[in-house]
Parts: sequence; structure tokens; C-alpha cells
Amino acid sequence: MSALLGRLSLDVFPIHEPILVATFAGVALGGITLISVLTYFQLWGYLWREWFTTIDHKRIGIMYIVMAFVMLFRGFTDAMLMRAQQVVAFGGSEGFLPPHHYDQVFTAHGVIMIFFVAMPFVTGLMNFAVPLQIGARDVSFPFLNNFSFWMTVVGALLMNTSLFVGEFAGAGWLAYPPLSGIDYSPDVGIDYYIWALQIAGIGTLLSGVNLIVTIIKLRAPGMTMMKMPIFVWTALCTNVLIVAAFPILTVVLALLSLDRYAGTHFFTNDMGGNAMMYINLIWIWGHPEVYILILPLFGVFSEVTATFSGKKIFGYTSMVYATVVITILSYLVWLHHFFTMGSGASVNSFFGITTMIISIPTGAKIFNWLFTLYRGRIRFELPMMWTLAFMITFVIGGMTGVLLAVPPADFVLHNSLFLVAHFHNVIIGGVVFGTFAGISYWFPKAFGFKLDFFWGKMSFWFWVVGFYLAFMPLYVLGLMGVTRRLRQFDDPSLQIWFVIAAIGAACIAIGILSFGIQVFVSIRRRNELRDHSGDPWDGRTLEWSTASPPPTYNFAFTPVVHETDAWWDMKQRGFRRPATGFNAIHMPRNTPAGLLLAAVAGVFGFAVVWHIWWLAGLSFSIVIAGAIFHTFNYDRDFQIEAKVVGHTEDARTQELAQFPA
Amino acid sequence: MVLNPSGDVANQQRDLLVSSTALMLVIIIPVIVMTIVFAWRYRHSNKQARYEPNWDHSIHLELLIWAVPLLIVIALGALTWVGTHMLDPYRPIDRIKAGLPISRKIKPLEVEVVALDWKWLFIYPQYGIATVNSIAAPLDRPIEFKITSASVMNSLFIPALAGQIYAMPGMETQLHAVANKAGDYQGFSGNFSGAGFSGMRFVFKAMLDADFDRWVARVKMRGGALQLETYQKLKLPSDKQPPLEFATVDPQLYPVILHRRTSIP
Repeated sequence: MSALLGRLSLDVFPIHEPILVATFAGVALGGITLISVLTYFQLWGYLWREWFTTIDHKRIGIMYIVMAFVMLFRGFTDAMLMRAQQVVAFGGSEGFLPPHHYDQVFTAHGVIMIFFVAMPFVTGLMNFAVPLQIGARDVSFPFLNNFSFWMTVVGALLMNTSLFVGEFAGAGWLAYPPLSGIDYSPDVGIDYYIWALQIAGIGTLLSGVNLIVTIIKLRAPGMTMMKMPIFVWTALCTNVLIVAAFPILTVVLALLSLDRYAGTHFFTNDMGGNAMMYINLIWIWGHPEVYILILPLFGVFSEVTATFSGKKIFGYTSMVYATVVITILSYLVWLHHFFTMGSGASVNSFFGITTMIISIPTGAKIFNWLFTLYRGRIRFELPMMWTLAFMITFVIGGMTGVLLAVPPADFVLHNSLFLVAHFHNVIIGGVVFGTFAGISYWFPKAFGFKLDFFWGKMSFWFWVVGFYLAFMPLYVLGLMGVTRRLRQFDDPSLQIWFVIAAIGAACIAIGILSFGIQVFVSIRRRNELRDHSGDPWDGRTLEWSTASPPPTYNFAFTPVVHETDAWWDMKQRGFRRPATGFNAIHMPRNTPAGLLLAAVAGVFGFAVVWHIWWLAGLSFSIVIAGAIFHTFNYDRDFQIEAKVVGHTEDARTQELAQFPA
Repeated sequence: MVLNPSGDVANQQRDLLVSSTALMLVIIIPVIVMTIVFAWRYRHSNKQARYEPNWDHSIHLELLIWAVPLLIVIALGALTWVGTHMLDPYRPIDRIKAGLPISRKIKPLEVEVVALDWKWLFIYPQYGIATVNSIAAPLDRPIEFKITSASVMNSLFIPALAGQIYAMPGMETQLHAVANKAGDYQGFSGNFSGAGFSGMRFVFKAMLDADFDRWVARVKMRGGALQLETYQKLKLPSDKQPPLEFATVDPQLYPVILHRRTSIP
């Protein structure tokens, strides 16, 4: 321990681990290439001005999704490593990953996929679509939105730093004590975990507050709560869950860090502490978290089903109530994650039954989508294909979930690969399929051209088939009594199932690659795929009433809403877009403050992980002082002159005239 | 393994698993079929199909879509309530197997289980012996496990015998089970506990009464003594520990481990 560098020394760089050295070389090479390309094309100024410092909710939303894809690459690499290890570690073979490394791989996989892939996906979609759907020009707190994004990025960066400086946690994605305590995990891994999540968690919480206020305060005139698009409803419920649940995570991680840094005993047996408290608290956050992830995608599926069936959503009111009921019930089920901890039969039954009750509103939603299809005119565009795959896949995952909610069944399936198959079944079948539905649905809105259909289909089929191949064998293995997180196996009859699962994972890899190609091909063919109308899918909600991509101010005139499907209603009534009489528009100004504050927060995280106290103190003070200082910056807004708005809108008028629908 | 168990408790858990699945398939299968049928029938190119763009509400249908899941959950909830109470791991078992109630004469076999880094210690207080990473029990005699951990959290799981239950330091959990079919069965930890987790395996041997007595006698003859000092050494982390046997055990050892004391009072 030195005063200057804390625990940091030359020994912490994993130069003796060939896999990590090769990874580092790859990352460094990729990084240098990226930097050179950006420099060569002189893109830094553009990126800084138009993207990094932007407070435009659409661009922040897009950046969230780009970040999620970058992290998906890392998280999926971890998945492939695990699949490969479990294929080869039979018949006395140790495989290629030593325990210390394997444990970090599965921990990192879980943490990345939940916090830095799934969360940015849903936050990105909500950020992009919610203000457009409610007819707003931005979110309520545009600067905060930019800050939230960068805090999430910094959390992810800090986590990835652990790959090459020190190590990551190896105690599972929820870091149960005592294993995650200082006695059993004395190294920096758990500290990286704690601070990466704390920093990203602040971003998540603030973005939750931001979107709640946006939905409550910035809806277009006439859009009462019961006229909001379903996606906005689900976004509202999700953000309520975020605001109510994430502080619990913050507190439980803070208590764990006190145990680790200050020698307290909240979660160790000595002096009255208890690890069961941690497990309860983390799941009181953790269960709502899974609904935080899935609810917005339920919203996406609702929008997509209605749009591509050419029909109003069936049972709007029961859809809304189902969403609200799920929101409330998600707080009453956390104990089903540990029936095996030895609570009494009545407690276990209570939580088992509350869990089953959640399947009632969820089932109602599935039926609502079904009856939206019924007597519709279904166009099998990509978003609709993902939605249908979701409906079939998700009910299977729902069924195995309810099965796990039966305590005596859970006693034999808990912590098994059956459980692993179940949550991948709902997260991939729900969150990932939903994200792809959402991306292919809103992509033309975001960029002004559709995604290529052929490569979209490739991506779709490889993902869907890959999912079934990768996870159905895990259900079988779970029923054969194989538990999760095992690095090595004795029984040779299990191997074939792991081989099938690995083939499935390879298919998913092709699916991910196809998506990359799809984006590339679409950019190349953008002129053929161009959306001139702003309404490529014959949409129903307000985002389709403006240009693709929308101007910075979204709407030249704030729309007035009379019906649930506002844009559909406007089209039915023969709405004519005003072509004159534009006014100046008041907009927020870009600022680098969010990025800078988050960067210093990242320095704080790194310093505190390595016990570099002077730097931790300094950077923490800078963040607080900087945040306060920024509040005195009154130069935050500007007017887009009426003339400029007029030019933009005239261009659109011409485009619409040139390319009539 | 889970679907073809050798113990009555695991058997009943399997039955509950199967009947719950059957109950849910009543609704899952129609939903999947309807999804495919509706998607195909109402495809855009099929102009024969009825198209009602403004049909978005039907009180009968909505009643139905809330009521059917509700009914299934009521049935499943009842099954869960009864099943959870009957199969509560803390509840002493009341039958050897279906149709064979327990006789009052049989005293359950007591086993005290300690999860260590990374192995399992089994103490048989009635016989004064102990084993590591291997356990034996007579057929058709109830077994009472008392479970704790001297290190991090683990989960004692013998799928052929009964469901799992956590092993936690400073706490004692319980499991009641009975083996009905002779044989060697896999046991392991169901909860990740660090580097040696994959190697925390042991064999559960279910045997006839007479064989069990012979087994106990053999352990008594061949094994060493498990005192606090031997235990302190045993406790040190080790990976893929081969089975060990102890002919005598200090009766105070288990309470000392459970209450996390450092010496025998």
C-alpha cells in the first residue's frame, strides 16, 4: 500500500494470462484503429458538438443503444467462453479456463448483460420514443439526461477497466456475502463491481426521475393519461419502478462497501450481522428490476402489434391496468428467489402464490395482443416478426417461471440450469426480441431510412433458432440435476447437451453479426430505403407525424390530441400539416458538463477501488463542486428563430410534395 | 435425475412439477396455437379474412382473458399451498413411501452437515462417527439433516433424495427425507461458493439396514478421530477432496461450528 498509488502496482496487470493479453492486444488494436479513423476523417469535432455534448433526447437515446451493442459484444464473448468451457471440461479435463478466471467470466456476463446491455437498451428506446410519442420537444431535464447517459458509460468503462487492471468480481452477478465479503474476496474485483454499479446506478435513477416528470408534465394538450400510447404507459411504470427500486440497490451496495472498507458487520455473522439481510435486500431491488427491463418492451410489442395489424390495440384499458398491476405486484414476490433459504411453508407459499398472480395480468396482455391480431391485416415486417417470435417464446418462459414459483418444485430446480434457461428464455425472448422489434420499428424514424429486410431476416432467424438451440438443452440439463456456475463435469452423458447449446450460441453469434451487416448494408442502400413520408409503417402515434429523422425541435407546432391513437385519428380526420406561420422555438443548449462530471466520477470510482485516497477525495470534491457550479450556469437555452424553423419545415413540405405517399 | 428419483420426497416433488406443468399447458398450448393461426389467417395478403380496424373491445372476451388465467392460478395456488406445507423440508416426514405410513418404532437417522471450503462434512451423532464427501443411509428410514456452513453459503442437494436447502454460516437449516431404493447417488452444492465449487461432489449411498450397520462398524474400525484440532486442519480450503472417515467425533464439535466458537467449552 503506497500513499500515492494505493493498492496499485505493476503486479496488478494480468500479463501472465494469455487470454487476457490477447484480448488486450485486440482491444488496443481496435481502439487505435477507431481513433485513427475518426482522426483521419476529422470527426472528433462533429462527435463532440453533435453527439457527446448533446442534450437532444433522440441522440442520447441512440447513444444508449450504441453503447448497449458495444457491451453486448463483451457480454456475448463471455457467454461464448462459458459455452466453450462447458463443452470441453469433461472426462477429467480442466477445460481452458482456470476457476479464478471462469468465475469472473460468468459474473461479468451477468453484470454486463443486465446493467450495461439490457438497461441501456430499454433506457435508449424510452429516451428516443417517449418524448416523440407524447408530442414533446425534449425531456423535462435535458442536461440531466446527458449526465445520466455518461454516468452509465463511465460505470461500464470502470467495469471493463477491471479486465486489464486488476480483476473483476468472481462471486456471481449479485455478489452474495459472505463470499463477496472482505474475508473471502480480499481483492479488487468486488470493489470494481460495487463502484461500477453505484456510478451507473446514479445515472439510471436520474434518468428514471427525468422520464417520470417528462411523462407527467410534458404531454401534448388533450393527451390525458388514458390517451397515452401503451409504450408511454409502460415507460411510466418502469420509471416508477426504477425510482422506487434503485435506491435499495444503492443502499445495499453501500452497506456491502462499508463491510469491505470500514470493517462493519452488516452482512457477516460476527457482531449481529446477517447475510440473509443482503439476499433479501438485493432481491427487493432485483425482482422489480426484471420488470423494469420487460415492461417497456411490452409497450413496444403493443405499438408494433397495433401498427402492423392495422388495428387499434385490443383492450387498451385492461392493458393499462395489467401494466399497473404488474408494477405493484413486482414488489411482492422477491422471496421466490430463495425459497431454499429455509423460510416456513406459509411464507414460501405466500410468495409462490403472489408470483403466480403476476401471470394473470401478463396472460391478459398476451391475449390482448392475440385479439389485436384477430381480424387485423397483418404485415410481416421485421418488428412484427420479432413480436410473433416473442409471443411464442415468452409464454414458454412464463410457464417455466410459474413452475419455479411452486416452492417444492423450486427445491429441485433452484440454481439449476433449468433456472438459467428460464431467465434467458424471458430475457432473450422478451427483452432482446423486444429491443430488436423496437430498433427495427423506430430505426427509420431515427435515421430517415429503413433497415435492410434480407439481413434483418437473417438476423431474426439465426437469433430465434439459436435461442432455442442454446437454451432448450439447458432445460433438459436442469431436469437432470445440473446446477449453474459449474466449471467441470464428471457425467459424460451430459456433454451432448452442452454441445447443442454451444451450437445454438454460435447461431446467435451469426444473428448478431447479421445485425451488424444489416446496419452496414442499410447505410449503403440508404437512398433506396429512404423514408420521405415520416410515416413508413402507416403508424398510429405522434412520432410518425413528424419528419424522419425529426428536426431537433421534434414538432414545429405542438400537436393537439383527441384520441388514443392520436396520429391515426388525425389521418382519419384528414389532418393537413400547417405549412406556414412558424414561430421561434425555445430549446436547451448543448453542454459538456455532464460528460466532464461523469468522467471525474469515473476517476473517483477507480481511486476508491484501488484505495488511492487522496485522488478519491479530490475527485469526489470536484464532482460535488462541479455539479453545484453548473447549477449557476444560467446560459442554458436558446431560440431557434422562426426563419430557421420555416426553412426546415419548407424543405419537408417540398419533400412530401415530391414523394407523395 | 430430477424426473426419476429414488426417495419419496423427491418423488412427490417430481409429481407436483409434472401436474403443475400439465395444468399450465392447458392455457399455454392454445395460446401458441392461436398465435400461429391468427398470424397466418389475418396475414395482409389474405383478403378473404375479415378486417375490422376499429374493433378493440369486447366485454365478454376481456372477462374471459382475465378469468381463465385467474382460474388456473387458483387451482395452481391451492396445489402450491398444500404441496408447500406437505413438502416443507422442516416437517418431519410421515410416510416411508406412498401407502406406507411411518412406524413409531423407527427413530430417524440424524445427520449434521457442515459445508466447508470445498467439501462436505457429515457427522452422525447417534453413532459418534463422521465422514467427508461421502454419506450413507439405510433404506426406508427417515433422515433428519441439520445443515450449516463453516465458510460461505452453499446448498446441500442430493437430487435423487430430496430438494435442496441452503447451508449458511452461523445458521442451521433442516431437511427431512427418506431413501427408498438402494444405490449410489450424486450429491453436490447447489450454490456457488468460490473457486473449488465444481469439485464439491459426494456420493450418497442408500443401503439395506444390515449393510448400513456393517458400514458403520467399518468406519468405527478404520477411521481416525475428529477433534477440534483435526477439524481446524480439515477446514482449510481444499479442492476435490477424496472421501475421509472418522471413527470418533467430539460431540461438541457441531455446536461449536454452528455457533462459530473457536474453542470447545
